[in-house]
Amino acid sequence: MKKYILRRLLQLIPVLLGIAVISFLLLHMIPGDPATVLLGQEATPEEIERLQENLGLNDPLPVQLFNYLGSIVTFDLGTSIFRGEEVSTIILTALPATIELAVCSLLISLIIAVPLGIIAAVRQNTFLDYFSMFFAQLGISMPVFWLGVLLIMGFSVHLGWFPSFGRGEPLTEGFIHLFTTGSFSVLFASLKHLFLPALSLGVMGSAMITRMIRSTMIEVLDMDYIRTMRAGGTIEFLIVMKYAFRNALLPVITIVGLQFGNLLGGAIVTETIFGWPGLGSLVISSISQRDFPIVQGVVLTIALLFALVNLIVDLLYARINPKIRHN
Amino acid sequence: MKQLKRYVKNKSVVIGFTIISLVILAAIFAPYLTPYDPTEMDMSKRLISPNSEHLLGTDEFGRDLLTRLLYGARVSLFVGFISVSVAMTIGVLLGLISGYYGKWVDTIIMRIVDIFLSFPVILLAIALVAALGPGLGNVVIALGLVYWTNYARVVRSTVLAVKEEEYVQAAITMGASNLRIIFKYILPNVTAPIIVVATLGLGVAIVAEATLSFLGLGIQPPEPSWGWTLSVGLDFIRNAPYLSVFPGIAIMITVLGFNLLGDGLRDITDPKLNK
Repeated sequence: MKKYILRRLLQLIPVLLGIAVISFLLLHMIPGDPATVLLGQEATPEEIERLQENLGLNDPLPVQLFNYLGSIVTFDLGTSIFRGEEVSTIILTALPATIELAVCSLLISLIIAVPLGIIAAVRQNTFLDYFSMFFAQLGISMPVFWLGVLLIMGFSVHLGWFPSFGRGEPLTEGFIHLFTTGSFSVLFASLKHLFLPALSLGVMGSAMITRMIRSTMIEVLDMDYIRTMRAGGTIEFLIVMKYAFRNALLPVITIVGLQFGNLLGGAIVTETIFGWPGLGSLVISSISQRDFPIVQGVVLTIALLFALVNLIVDLLYARINPKIRHN
Repeated sequence: MKQLKRYVKNKSVVIGFTIISLVILAAIFAPYLTPYDPTEMDMSKRLISPNSEHLLGTDEFGRDLLTRLLYGARVSLFVGFISVSVAMTIGVLLGLISGYYGKWVDTIIMRIVDIFLSFPVILLAIALVAALGPGLGNVVIALGLVYWTNYARVVRSTVLAVKEEEYVQAAITMGASNLRIIFKYILPNVTAPIIVVATLGLGVAIVAEATLSFLGLGIQPPEPSWGWTLSVGLDFIRNAPYLSVFPGIAIMITVLGFNLLGDGLRDITDPKLNK
């Protein structure tokens, strides 16, 4: 297992390097002089020159790349043009909100997808199966921002049950408050703010996972050992949950890892709709402010997060399935 | 004929094909289906709810929403088809090269694929459009540049299997050039998986375009775009909710059509599933 972990970590190095190079090249894809474009028409030549100096644009391209790679190793992502603060500080402030949203969305995805996928497989070609697959197909075809808008319309505007904008206290604060004072109020307010954005992202994520669980469960339920158990009179619930689902879980873990990346992507739009103060809102507002160091920093951070999640998923997969380690 | 029967028997293919055909016909014949202009404003008719004159109502500038959606279909389909063509060209070429030549060429191309797969694709598209600037052309370029990896992976894996076939080995023995082998003997055998990936990719590209336009980075007003119309609808969510509902339905139905068609084609062309 140690060898496998080491190999996967080594494989991650070129990927991380590539991510950094793409993030670096983004600034250079701006047509014309990036400093002039970023500062706009009203900027004075002195301001443009200062920004060129700050962004290191006066150096030759290979030197700029080398400096950029050197600085991101120390998590120095430069200074925000618009806010004047360190980009890494701004990102670290917004990151917990995005992680909170993505993790809760993933939980909702699993809460929806696991029972739906299992029921669809066990009751294959019945109404329940068709309903699950119809739901999954809709979930895949529906743009995540539209679902967000529909949820706001229904639960915020019409029913007034949930706020449509902003974030309460972080969930961790809510739990701390609950354990120290015994009061649910802070946690409840946080959950109320979190529910709609997490649900809209969660439904999107659940569609793919439902399909995956259904197809792997159908495959496993058709295996000889399951037939033998049925013939031996084992209770059907036990067969499905204990013996079939555990084996069907393997490919599902991979798709859950990939879905986490999709959730991070979906979070960009969802955060914008719900005014959720995470990396998504940050990147969109930075684009409108032409604050490119932040855009580069967010791209780098999200890609890094995604690469790490995939690494964890791979390691988890290898831990559960010894065949992977040996291959 | 036998092949055609298999397509007609597949429900996904039939439903998906019907939906897509209707959307394409609606986009082509938009000027004949509606008497209104998609960009002409009439402030005396702003935010009128759906009625017999304006079946889906009017927007904040008094433009007929149905007309905007019909013309918007042209934009969405155009972006979808062109960006998929760009992505397909890049992906298929790199996949062919990677699978056929193998060794270090394969390693380098596959590592580049890995790097692209490390980004949530929509984030990369957003960042690219942010750098290049909003607009139809840049959206197409950005989507083409970020969605090529699927084609490369599918083509590569098919090439790896096809190049071991006897007829390819025979062509190599007879001294056929690499280009001839790749384009004459290998490419025809990878078209089926490419068509499946492209069909599913069209749905993805349409959602991505709508997402970029929703964020104000895609098609710029007054051009009719489903994503932008939906985004503006958010400002009028209390008194004109239909402005957000109908564009979403248009996007979802179109994407559903491509997804059903792609799923059906995959079921038919994938021998493993046929078993």
